[in-house]
Amino acid sequence: MNQNNVIIQLENVVKDYRIGSGYFRALKDFSISFGHGEFAGFIGPSGSGKTTALNIIGSLDQPSSGTCLVLGENISTISHRQAANLRNHQIGFIFQTYNLLPVYTVYENVEFPLLLLGLSDTGRKKMITEALEMVGLTDKIDSRPAQLSGGQAQRVAIARAIVKKPALILADEPTANLDVKNSHNILELMVKLNRELGSTFVFSTHDPKVISYLQRIIRLEDGRIVSDQPQKQEL
Amino acid sequence: MLIFRLAFKNIIGAGLRTWLSVLVLSFSYITIIFTQGMYRGMSQQITSAMIATELGDGQYWNSAYDPDELFDLDKANGVLPAEFDPAINSGQAVPILFYPGSIYPQGRLRPVIIKGIPDRQQVLAIPAQFLVVEDPEIVKAVIGERMANSCKLAQGDLVTLRWRDSDGTFDAVDVEIAHIMKTIVPAADQGILWLNLHQLQTMTGLDQSATMIVISPELTRRPDLPGWDFKSVYYLTEEIRAMVKMKSSGAMILYFVLIGLALIAIFDSQVLSIFHRRREMGTMMALGMTRLRLILLFTLEGAMHGVLAMLLAFIYGTPLLIWSIRSGIALPAISSRWGIALSDHLFPHYTIGLIVFTILLVMILVTVVSYLPLRRISRLKPTDALRGKLS
Ligand SMILES: Nc1ncnc2c1ncn2[C@@H]1O[C@H](COP(=O)(O)OP(=O)(O)OP(=O)(O)O)[C@@H](O)[C@H]1O
Ligand SMILES: [Mg+2]
Repeated sequence: MNQNNVIIQLENVVKDYRIGSGYFRALKDFSISFGHGEFAGFIGPSGSGKTTALNIIGSLDQPSSGTCLVLGENISTISHRQAANLRNHQIGFIFQTYNLLPVYTVYENVEFPLLLLGLSDTGRKKMITEALEMVGLTDKIDSRPAQLSGGQAQRVAIARAIVKKPALILADEPTANLDVKNSHNILELMVKLNRELGSTFVFSTHDPKVISYLQRIIRLEDGRIVSDQPQKQEL
Repeated sequence: MLIFRLAFKNIIGAGLRTWLSVLVLSFSYITIIFTQGMYRGMSQQITSAMIATELGDGQYWNSAYDPDELFDLDKANGVLPAEFDPAINSGQAVPILFYPGSIYPQGRLRPVIIKGIPDRQQVLAIPAQFLVVEDPEIVKAVIGERMANSCKLAQGDLVTLRWRDSDGTFDAVDVEIAHIMKTIVPAADQGILWLNLHQLQTMTGLDQSATMIVISPELTRRPDLPGWDFKSVYYLTEEIRAMVKMKSSGAMILYFVLIGLALIAIFDSQVLSIFHRRREMGTMMALGMTRLRLILLFTLEGAMHGVLAMLLAFIYGTPLLIWSIRSGIALPAISSRWGIALSDHLFPHYTIGLIVFTILLVMILVTVVSYLPLRRISRLKPTDALRGKLS
């Protein structure tokens, strides 16, 4: 991995959760880095710390100790405002439960991050149309989330994550609620976006279908990295 | 602006509950504006009628006159000051003599206050021209409609009037009801018998005397007169103002109930938002929204209730208000309950100030109530919110 290319660097990150009067250590001495354009994923059993790691990388949470640099920002010391700004400009999230905003239409859901960015009307329209074309949902722009199938909803969530062409996309179990066919469609879509946009993708999953698409597999167990290997893609 | 758009979209997409709150709030707007307009209209209508038929532009009271001490009404008068002769002669002031007496319609005793007024006066809207003396033997009287009804007297009727003259001896005469006048002012109607001033002075032996001098706005000079106290219109209408104020604050209870209902519903839906829409809040934070903007967004969403209610109230309230201004509100039944003789139609008086004040009041209350439950967002962690957990 080219050192200049590194956009995420975690060093000796520890994450403790307060439980009652004590602590639970969810990440232990966690060190890893990701380069630009990677298509990587955390795998491992439930409770191994995948979501915790992803949340810290995504600046939704802060490490208890250690350093975490993401796209030039130090997540350990970043303010709430700066973190929001970082997420707004540079990071796209895809959730297991889609998390579309229920009262907005498909178009408005995809528009939301662009509104936060303060982009002009015409600029937004072009980007939204482009994103919805990529996920193949141009015929659903006026639908509400409740009217979509799971696969369609997740495609909208993907469109919302990629519409601002962020440097980093974090996907936490994106296929857990999808059937086999939809899972493959969505994964192929993400591979395509990874190639076309050059965005870095980091997954958290225990879905073998997702794992088969990853170029780099990081296995976690009990809050530690137990293996970190590239995966050859058969074409 | 973005926050406004988002808040508007959120509330428009919200359900029946929201619209119920909006409906109740719009009722509150209309009720407050309508009833307060009515009280103002009522106060205005009564005041202007009192000025026209009773108060003029102020009154000089003989120092012996005390409206709360009617037992000594026969002594509540004094010889008119000569300084007032020019004003009285030129029609800029009118002397009125009050005297106690009783009439016997259908043989039943009925105490009255006899008010003597010159037959040629222009200051008050009392039809004194009916009191012109053609035959000194005949005493003519003008009474109000309510008085006529309660005594069952009609125009042309004769009724016996008894009074005690200045020597203390009783006198009696049959007076002819020359005219029945319509007025909403009780002081000119109920228990009042209007006679010609000169005739009353002669009957009572109180030549050149009066109880009060009512002045017209044309008389700009208000000199100090020993033995006579000037009472301004403001002073004389104090009771009316106090009464309208009391009535209108009585209506506050209704406002509290209406606004309270809506506020409780809004508060409730904001509390529910904190619980049910945490994941939505977490998602917005993940997309790059700060907590501060999130609080702003949800506060504004709550405040939108007030805005929508305003629009709704505008849609159905405007025709209502315009109709009430144009044709007035028929109030024959209500007027007696009010203790004031109102005319058949009440014309409400709405002011921009009243409308703006009402809107501001409701908007501020709605905004505060919307904000209060949201304070805990300032401690909400994005990860907890996304998990649907409350920190
Ligand atoms: N907010 C929290 N408070 C306390 N403990 C937590 C919290 N979040 C996570 N944990 C604990 O930290 C550990 C790691 O959780 P994490 O969600 O990262 O697991 P995961 O690998 O994503 O699991 P899964 O595959 O089930 O999603 C778990 O044991 C979990 O119970
Ligand atoms: Mg997880």
